[in-house]
Amino acid sequence: MADFEPKIIVFLCNWCSYGGGDLAGVNREQYPSNVLGIKVMCSSRVSPEHIMESFVDGADGVLVTGCHPGDCHYIDGNYKTIRKIDMFTKILEDFGIDPKRIRLEWISSAEGNKYARVMTEMTEEIRELGPLNLKDEVE
Amino acid sequence: MIHMKKDVLIIGGGISGVQAALDLADKGYEVVLVDKNPSIGGNMVKLDKTFPTNDCSICISAPKMVEASRNENITLLTYSKVKKVLGSSGGFEVKIWKRTKYVDPDVCTGCGDCEQSCPVEVPSEFDEDISNRKAIYVEYPQAVPLTYTIDYANCVGCGACERVCDAGAINFLEISQEIPIEVGSIIVATGFEMMQPDEWREEYGYGKYDNVLTAMEYERLLSASGPTDGKVLKPSDGKPPESVAWIQCVGSRCKQKGMPYCSRVCCMYATKQASISKGERPELDTSIYYMDLRAYGKEFQQYFDKAKTKEVNYYRGRPSRIYQLHDGKLAVEYEDTEKGEVKTDIVDMAVLSSAIVPSTGNAKIAEILGIELDEYGFFESKDMLTAPLDSTREGIYLAGCAQSPKDIPDSVSQASGAAARALMPLLKRERKGRSKKKPQRDVSEEEPRIGVFVCHCGKNIANYLDIEAVKEAVKDIPEVVYVDNSLFACSEDAQVIIKKAIDEHKLNRLVVSACSPRTHAPLFQDTMEEVGLNKYLFEMANIRNQCSWVHSDDPEKATEKAKLLTRMAVAKAKRLSALTEEEIEVGGHTIVIGGGPAGMQTALTLSRTGKKVTLVEKEGKLGGKLRRLNTIFPRDIDAREFADRMTHEVADEKNIRVILSAEIESVDGYIGNYKAKINGEDIEADTIVLATGFKEIEAKGWHGYGDDSRVMTQLEFDEALANNSLDKPENVVFINCVGALEEERPWCCRVGCGNSLKNAKEVKKRYPKANVFILYKDMRVFGKKEEEYYMDVEGEDGVVFLRYSTGQEPEVVKGKKKLELKVHDNLLDEDIEIEADYIVLAMQLEGDESAGKLKKMLKISSDPAGFYMEAHAKLRPLEFPSEGVYLAGGAHYPKNISDTLAQAEGAASKALIPMMRGYTKSEGMISVVDDEKCSGCKMCISVCPYGAIDHDPEEGIAVITDVLCKGCGSCASVCPVGAISQKGFEDDTLTAMIRAALLEDEVI
Repeated sequence: MADFEPKIIVFLCNWCSYGGGDLAGVNREQYPSNVLGIKVMCSSRVSPEHIMESFVDGADGVLVTGCHPGDCHYIDGNYKTIRKIDMFTKILEDFGIDPKRIRLEWISSAEGNKYARVMTEMTEEIRELGPLNLKDEVE
Repeated sequence: MIHMKKDVLIIGGGISGVQAALDLADKGYEVVLVDKNPSIGGNMVKLDKTFPTNDCSICISAPKMVEASRNENITLLTYSKVKKVLGSSGGFEVKIWKRTKYVDPDVCTGCGDCEQSCPVEVPSEFDEDISNRKAIYVEYPQAVPLTYTIDYANCVGCGACERVCDAGAINFLEISQEIPIEVGSIIVATGFEMMQPDEWREEYGYGKYDNVLTAMEYERLLSASGPTDGKVLKPSDGKPPESVAWIQCVGSRCKQKGMPYCSRVCCMYATKQASISKGERPELDTSIYYMDLRAYGKEFQQYFDKAKTKEVNYYRGRPSRIYQLHDGKLAVEYEDTEKGEVKTDIVDMAVLSSAIVPSTGNAKIAEILGIELDEYGFFESKDMLTAPLDSTREGIYLAGCAQSPKDIPDSVSQASGAAARALMPLLKRERKGRSKKKPQRDVSEEEPRIGVFVCHCGKNIANYLDIEAVKEAVKDIPEVVYVDNSLFACSEDAQVIIKKAIDEHKLNRLVVSACSPRTHAPLFQDTMEEVGLNKYLFEMANIRNQCSWVHSDDPEKATEKAKLLTRMAVAKAKRLSALTEEEIEVGGHTIVIGGGPAGMQTALTLSRTGKKVTLVEKEGKLGGKLRRLNTIFPRDIDAREFADRMTHEVADEKNIRVILSAEIESVDGYIGNYKAKINGEDIEADTIVLATGFKEIEAKGWHGYGDDSRVMTQLEFDEALANNSLDKPENVVFINCVGALEEERPWCCRVGCGNSLKNAKEVKKRYPKANVFILYKDMRVFGKKEEEYYMDVEGEDGVVFLRYSTGQEPEVVKGKKKLELKVHDNLLDEDIEIEADYIVLAMQLEGDESAGKLKKMLKISSDPAGFYMEAHAKLRPLEFPSEGVYLAGGAHYPKNISDTLAQAEGAASKALIPMMRGYTKSEGMISVVDDEKCSGCKMCISVCPYGAIDHDPEEGIAVITDVLCKGCGSCASVCPVGAISQKGFEDDTLTAMIRAALLEDEVI
């Protein structure tokens, strides 16, 4: 398992968490390179099918990030994200996917350190859990 | 020498200056924004979070600053000062002294290599001297402009920066220069400074003890991007404190040792700092030592109540001194005035909420501009109450804390207001219209031909990953027809190369693999537009901020990630299509709802710019609450005379049509297309301003109101004073906060304390022998000259202040002759009995009842108090989420006349933006409905925060109004049948990116 390098898809919102990711860079915070970011305008754009697609294509974890509650650029998009992700996590759990593989985090554009921390934590946690191998099962 | 002809000069690039600049530039006026610092942003960008929403301060202000820097009508002159001003309103000749930064801003890429090489460290002003910066520096990571400055005073001239700068931006020969500019009007927005509490208030030991900080220093400690990464640590030993004390009114509210005025924001920021600190470390002991807790604004009291439940301790008492014990702890000596005990609390750290003081440069600027300062050094208004935004000279206007201390929403409202004032001398000028865009090439029928540019960013990317490998990874993708690398993809010469490649290789999509699209996408998109490619056919892969910089310890993995990120960008680019931003026409007619001072002022401003206004008032006369007031706090001018004056001004305006006794039956539509039915008449309009005001809550049942006519509400008492209908009283009692600051209605009415004070003064003037009792909870007077007014009233003989608590409401019984009132004074801890001739109730205030109906018609919302919910509590107080409807005065929250008028001018300014432009534009990346697939389930309608989606009952499908859609994509993610897609973020596109990331062998 030591050699296992998890693949993690992270959805970033344009206004907050993407900026947090940029600031982590400015501050040269180091974190594992296992995370691949996809930018959306608002975390509320992310739907269960994108998370499912990620798992089916071989992701071992999916991270959805957005603005802190109350900070949403689109007023209340992130509240919709909470409901959606919570519900979908429960459904996946019923199908035997560990809920730790989906994580929802609020990262502001001033939280470069938090961005790096969350990326590190997520990678380590998934590394512990081991590969999901959903891709093979589907095939 | 450069000679600029512009419309408006704005002095000060803090949030007020930036807001005023945007308001003017968006109308087509050309603005020069001057700031003495290397970057704009002022004080707001230093804050960690903002009360009462705990918004991250830099996150909400940075987009505004970027917008200002990218606006073609705004010229930023940073590191510059105004040197001379000649001429008069409509034609000022200004000379600006622009100091050299020794760095060419057009060449500097902001990569930061120079900073790392600079051997000189000096204290960082931005971090309040807590951390160090280099002699070549940017003030903060998100600085605008993001270009470096050499601080001449500290530079040792070693040339290290010049040697490492691959872009060649350093130029030691660049000289400072004088820039002459012609403008028509000037806005002064010089902001504020915080008093250094070492001379005044030396008894608190600032400068003597390491762990006594100013509030701004503490703010930097809290900031996630501050010197301690957001950790609060004691300067003495770098360990977290176990207890922190906040000392309020340090240098404010004190004639002898500082400034007599109230600094207006300290109670709230101390509450914010304490509750955030407590939230992060629940074991931390937090105490705030205050005089009056002035939680006066919208949601402030609720914020304060919440802090108390988080166990932030509040002690009413101004500490007499702080001294350090032998173990390094601090002793705070104070009198707990609620318990009548003198106490000493031992804490690890003390934070001084020091007074907001005028900027040190104010005196010089006042002299140059020929305008007056008040006795403290803030700029004097022409009339503090009725013309707060005008300086003492025509053509020069005031915004934000330059005029007096204020919070962010009041500052930006005033800034918008100042923008409306500043355009008055410019009305005859030609404004800049839409810039002509090059015709765009239609690529819809072409197969994707993608060009990929991989940037070295000097060494910033190339040193940490293999650029050639990144190019190699995408060059065989069939749609990729051109791959190149560039030392600095953002440089001018690189743009020439990109344009040439687009032309030669017939590229119709562009991918740049470089830094962040947040800072650099617009630059490349401009390049594309110059050669006729639609800017939405662009995608960026962030292989610097989110790759090379953060994986610099492992080049192999960084290269792998950069390859995938670029591949994902190509996958997306392949699916991009050209998008258009739809324009709709906006004419020049506004319906202003509400004929009080806010509505009248909005109408006057709009009309004076030539726009048509329909001013709608439900009563038979204009004037609103002014008609019921006797005088206006804190100037004691006659309210009715003022109302008459405004009413006459409205009557003189040919562009204003007044409808009295109006009933609004319906309002429907959107910006440029509103249709209203008022008193049976159909009226079409382009914009709407809500100025519906506030009202007193039902007084019946409170302190005997309704049973005895001598118990009256504040407004009734004002009317009685105005009509001179009082019987000569011996004792008059004012009860503040009736129905306020309690569970059911927790908010503060903001104006009650001031009203009681001015009526108390009036009673004493008319009946010098009468005794006046003011029963209050906290004395919340915070505006310009209000604290001073309070001190005058407090000093009068026969005026007694009694402080009571929520839950211990005064009891009123009808005596034989007089009213008998009993109240428990919580400072004396005694029951006091008073025989009163009149009891005046400062009733809690709530939104006008019309809000219930109007909010449904206009698809907006109101809070539990019935006040409309603005688009953003801090930075968009005058707007709603959807464009076209604006807000002013008491309908937003009760406020005094000067704040109301400033806000009304601001609302007019907002409404004028689309109306002066003549159009508004939709976003490009909006959602679209596939009519064939839509089942009409209305799920999308329920999630849209902008009311942009309607249900078409005939077709049974959802219909999106393009101009209202802001492109969040919420609707697309909930549509159960996949009928809605967000342009640029279609399910196909997102799926392709996921596949490109995970399935390395698949065709993307």
